[in-house]
Amino acid sequence: MSDLLTVKDLWIEGRSDEMWNPIINGCSLNLKKGEVLGMIGESGAGKSTIGLACMGYTRDGVRISKGSVVFDGIDLVTASARVKRDFLGKRIAYVAQSAAASFNPAHKIIDQHTEAPVQHGVSGRGESVEDGIELYRKLRLPNPEEIGFRFPHQVSGGQLQRAMTAMAMSCRPDLIIFDEPTTALDVTTQIEVLASIRQIVEEYNTAAIYITHDLAVVAQMADRIKVLLKGDEVEESDTRTMLSDPQKEYTKSLWAVRAFQRPVKPLATEGSVPVVSVRNITAAYGTTDVLHEVSFDVHAGRTVAVVGESGSGKSTVARCITGLLLPRAGEVAFDGKVLPANYKKRSKAQLRQAQMIYQMADTALNPRKTIGQIIGRPVQFYMGLKGVEKRERVNELLDQIELEPSQYFNRLPSELSGGQKQRVGIARALAAEPKFIICDEVTSALDQLVAEGILRLLADLQDTLGLSYMFITHDLATVKSIADEVVVMKDGKVVEQGPKTSMFTPPHHAYTDLLLSSVPEMDPDWLTNLLQERGVDNIGDAAVNKM
Amino acid sequence: MQSILKIVLQRLGLGIVTLFVVSIVIFVAVNSLPGDFAQAILGQGATPESIATIRRDLGLDQPLILRYFIWLKGMLTFDLGTSFAQLNFANFGGAGTTTVAEQIAPRLSNTMFLASVTACIAVPLAVTLGVLAALYRNTAFDKAANMFTLSSISSPEFFMAYVLILFFAVLNPIFPSLSNIYDGMPFSERLEKSMLPALTLTLVVTAHMMRMTRAAIISLLASPYIEMARLKGLSPMRVIIVHALPNALAPIINVIALNLAYLITGVVVVEVVFVYPGIGQLFVDSVKIRDIPVVQACCLIFAAAYILLNLTADILSIISNPRLRHPK
Repeated sequence: MSDLLTVKDLWIEGRSDEMWNPIINGCSLNLKKGEVLGMIGESGAGKSTIGLACMGYTRDGVRISKGSVVFDGIDLVTASARVKRDFLGKRIAYVAQSAAASFNPAHKIIDQHTEAPVQHGVSGRGESVEDGIELYRKLRLPNPEEIGFRFPHQVSGGQLQRAMTAMAMSCRPDLIIFDEPTTALDVTTQIEVLASIRQIVEEYNTAAIYITHDLAVVAQMADRIKVLLKGDEVEESDTRTMLSDPQKEYTKSLWAVRAFQRPVKPLATEGSVPVVSVRNITAAYGTTDVLHEVSFDVHAGRTVAVVGESGSGKSTVARCITGLLLPRAGEVAFDGKVLPANYKKRSKAQLRQAQMIYQMADTALNPRKTIGQIIGRPVQFYMGLKGVEKRERVNELLDQIELEPSQYFNRLPSELSGGQKQRVGIARALAAEPKFIICDEVTSALDQLVAEGILRLLADLQDTLGLSYMFITHDLATVKSIADEVVVMKDGKVVEQGPKTSMFTPPHHAYTDLLLSSVPEMDPDWLTNLLQERGVDNIGDAAVNKM
Repeated sequence: MQSILKIVLQRLGLGIVTLFVVSIVIFVAVNSLPGDFAQAILGQGATPESIATIRRDLGLDQPLILRYFIWLKGMLTFDLGTSFAQLNFANFGGAGTTTVAEQIAPRLSNTMFLASVTACIAVPLAVTLGVLAALYRNTAFDKAANMFTLSSISSPEFFMAYVLILFFAVLNPIFPSLSNIYDGMPFSERLEKSMLPALTLTLVVTAHMMRMTRAAIISLLASPYIEMARLKGLSPMRVIIVHALPNALAPIINVIALNLAYLITGVVVVEVVFVYPGIGQLFVDSVKIRDIPVVQACCLIFAAAYILLNLTADILSIISNPRLRHPK
């Protein structure tokens, strides 16, 4: 059988600083009808660029400088825009990372669904609406007859992602490019989307390129896997071989990331006063309660992981501890002493004790200040150091986060990588010499290797400085590697809490069990087995979902 | 829909408060103009006695605050007062009186007519040009459209007016150069007479609206949903009109409202050039002779027009946002 898509020696350049710089250096791939190719790599590896190039599309400021993308006998690199438009949407479709951003907020979902078939003359609007409803049903969306007639903002993220897969299917294309379709979703939602995508791709024998940075996800979806690093191909082979017998060092290092594990610490001594104690906090935004009687303790030198899906109230707890949000009831105690609820009423010493590190290092650092100024600010504000003393302290902090002071002191945040920016965020928190740091999803925006580096750094700092962490995350792999105690939250309530070892051994609370079992594993049969276990038939559409 | 109603009522309330504050500013500003009506009308022959008599007749000898509240009460009961210039002074034996309302009404309706004609030409033209400029951005068309609209906005209004008169009234007599319209004139004739001032004003207001339309659309072109639309194989025109324009409406509506407000309040120069009997001329004439009731009433109408148009723009922008129109 001939290849559906053949990419040969593709070179792509991006324009920055008035120069064309290489992004992709000679990528080749081919895809047969009905085959799924997984494309994996860290951010900046050029996965999305290749995915879009397979559609003959480049973003502004990007160009294909060499090579060919032959789809069904036609080279999309040299084809005219009009010829390409005939293929796009009709024979090659795209599923983007963020469905919430990729659906037009001004139009109903079904109108966007029918647009491609109607414009390409594949089917009439009425026919296409019916087909859409049928696809929604197949993808197990709730209320398939009605959901399409809502606006995108009225539908949840996981449902939108499935609606977008349905939209990609609207013309029954031969090829779909999936660009990180589940990265923005919670684990429990991710499973539903993965199962839906796999089912529909199998049913219609659609070829797909599945782009992701998550190995365990790609293992479930792809027949073959291609590994990319900074625009270069590392290796390619079929999924099982790639997982069991990776050839290149880089691939092996990717596979080994999840090996990081902190030694289990003994339980905190009975009766010792916790550093931070959250007592029966109930809090609301406006009139809706978002936290219900949340209580937990963080002991000296220990890490408490607060786990839960988006909307479970994890970050709201952090806002109550820092005094940014006034709880309706309950209190926060530090070293046994109750803190004023409002941060404005706390003394400088009280403020100094609890610091925060944020998820998006990008937006948490002032882009116009140098690294030295960013870290120097709390050094001066809390510790009162000035001039040479301040500079020395900043250098010391830079050493602690493993950034060479002479090199980084005068740089701006924009000149740093994501991981380095997050390190600066850590140094800024350390500058106040706190006892307690709240880490709010600090690794979720980072690549796995980089994230692991940050986790190791945080662990080392805890050992040397005796810090306590409250670690907010939705990623259970992170919890496994760094937590001492775990607090599981759902809908603003604590559903289970205890030491890590007991949390990861059955029996669990039903919700903890659901969370744990939803974390993808490297085993390529994991999803199939799990769906069977949960009683959801992968192909059929009769089964009802568990949540 | 409940929330929209609430927002509308809030804005309306704010608008009324603003209008009240503006009324104070207007009153204080107008009354601190140097010279007064008595002096202006008596001119060289003014004696202290005659000035004092007129001032007393007009109530100008009352304290400022008292006069403000009398005026405000009049405004609230839609009694705009009596024009000084038309008053029947015992001393002068003039005949008949005209209220401010009677003076302003025909002028205002003329101004509204001119503004409407201009808006009907300028708004569709500007939005179309803006969409096309966004579609063919950085091409010769885009640059030409920008250059033309920018140069017309940069030239003084009277200059544009005379250029139009030269081309469309003198060299090719298509439209009359004088727009002396009057009550009871048939609509078609009215339209013909208003055409040159309307075209002049179109040249003045188009650039702003067109450039905002272009900018608002282009700022959206990097959004993921636009990329998605392109990746569906839609034509560039459809991507812009169906996918970008509906999301760019809010800023465009706001700029249109600002320009419409300008058409009602800021067209004195064009009215003078074409001898168009609009409210702008009345306003300037009244300032000249210190006819305070007319000046104040005009100012208040201008302020109300601004507030009302901005309010409408706010409401339309809110309605253009599906998140507010269709809450979760």
